[in-house]
Amino acid sequence: MKFLYKFGSYLLFLKKAFSRPEKGSVYARELIVEFEKLGLNSIALVVIISFFIGAVLTLQTAYNMASPLLPRYLIGYLTRETLLLEFSSTIVSLILAGKIGSNIASEIGSMKITEQIEALETMGVNSVSYLVTPKILASLVINPILYIFSVFIGIIGGLLSGVLSGVVNFEDFIYGLHFAFNPYYVTYSIIKSLFFAFIFTSIPAFYGYNVQGGALEVGKAGTKAVVDSSIAILIANLILTQIML
Amino acid sequence: MIRVEGLYKSFENKTVLSDINVVFESGKVNLIIGKSGSGKTVLLKSLIGLHSIERGHILYGNRDIACMSARQLKAIREEIGVVFQGGALFDSLSVLENVKFPLNLFSSLSEKEKEERARFCLRRVNLLEDADNLYPAEISGGMKKRVAIARAIVLQPKFLFCDEPNSGLDPLTSIVIDKLIEEITHEYDMTTIVNTHDMNSVFEIGEKIVFIHEGRKDWEGSKDEIAHTDNRHLNDFIFSSELYKKIRTKL
Repeated sequence: MKFLYKFGSYLLFLKKAFSRPEKGSVYARELIVEFEKLGLNSIALVVIISFFIGAVLTLQTAYNMASPLLPRYLIGYLTRETLLLEFSSTIVSLILAGKIGSNIASEIGSMKITEQIEALETMGVNSVSYLVTPKILASLVINPILYIFSVFIGIIGGLLSGVLSGVVNFEDFIYGLHFAFNPYYVTYSIIKSLFFAFIFTSIPAFYGYNVQGGALEVGKAGTKAVVDSSIAILIANLILTQIML
Repeated sequence: MIRVEGLYKSFENKTVLSDINVVFESGKVNLIIGKSGSGKTVLLKSLIGLHSIERGHILYGNRDIACMSARQLKAIREEIGVVFQGGALFDSLSVLENVKFPLNLFSSLSEKEKEERARFCLRRVNLLEDADNLYPAEISGGMKKRVAIARAIVLQPKFLFCDEPNSGLDPLTSIVIDKLIEEITHEYDMTTIVNTHDMNSVFEIGEKIVFIHEGRKDWEGSKDEIAHTDNRHLNDFIFSSELYKKIRTKL
């Protein structure tokens, strides 16, 4: 019952977020700010994680392919498939849910407890639309770009670790990257990344907006936001995979 | 002028405001006073339209905000300036950007004109140019209140609401803020409503005072009348300290 009430409140919150904005130019400015906050500030994290996971994936795949009957190019193939299908879309989104989600919940929550949201409302601004919509739109644009970026960086990490450690040669790895490539997997993962971006911005924004109390409640909202958006991402991942593959 | 008629407000079956009838006069500083938890903040937020009311009328001139659509309420809000207790400045914007914010939303002025208007308001509240590019986290409590006042008056509102403008300020800064509110009220001929429990404000700027006790209007009058009132609740509230008891004896 409590879940249904919360879910209903979340849907009403989204309805308010996507109502007509007061003045487009002010929202456009906010959108640019959010591109920087949510996108540019996440690139370093995505690069570091993708590079090292790509490198480790290659090494682990190689050490688990002891049989001489298995061709070495499969190392490149499996690294690509893992990055393309699951890591760069789902795992990177889960990591971003932690980074961006807690940031959004605490930012909006702090605005709530310091009456900044009431100040917006008294100026006749739809505070939900003004604060939340630019964040959702910015991450819908940025997350697929981060996904593609992550795949490339992960492959570079895998190639470097594989070749430098001697578990696979350059030609085999590159052949494996091209082997049985299905472009639909990219489409599938980009669609997933769009859904995940919506989840890890809207759920934390909902928790932040509904904070009541003080700094302690802002912290609690941040934690709840990350947990719930992570669970929602995992459930959405399962449903989308079942529908799309 | 704002007229409140038969206003009732409750939260989860607990009545917070009961049968409030009062007129807040234009061109005057109207004070709402009362103990913590008496309902004065709820009254102020109901007047602004942040709380919906159960019964009664809140008339801005002849426009009743209790019966307004969201669009009509938005139009009224363009005539309202609000100074919140903590200032409620937007942390991500500089002082100048904070004051420009309402202009970006509601005015058709050019960027240069908006900036000039914002700077004019900042100078009006006696803030130096050095402060224009600072962020709220970099300025003092008194400066935050001044910026909040500048932001509230930037659209030249007809109605100014201040929620405990002196809270957290030292006595000297409190007097400066009180004087500023009084000057601006007369200069722009606004209807100003200040929610306070600062006795200095009561005796300094209280042209009209409304005392709220346990959700009801218990007394109304001016700063000259308050010293001679025989209202028990009001006397208990105002003259609770030895200092004010002595002042009353002298008066």
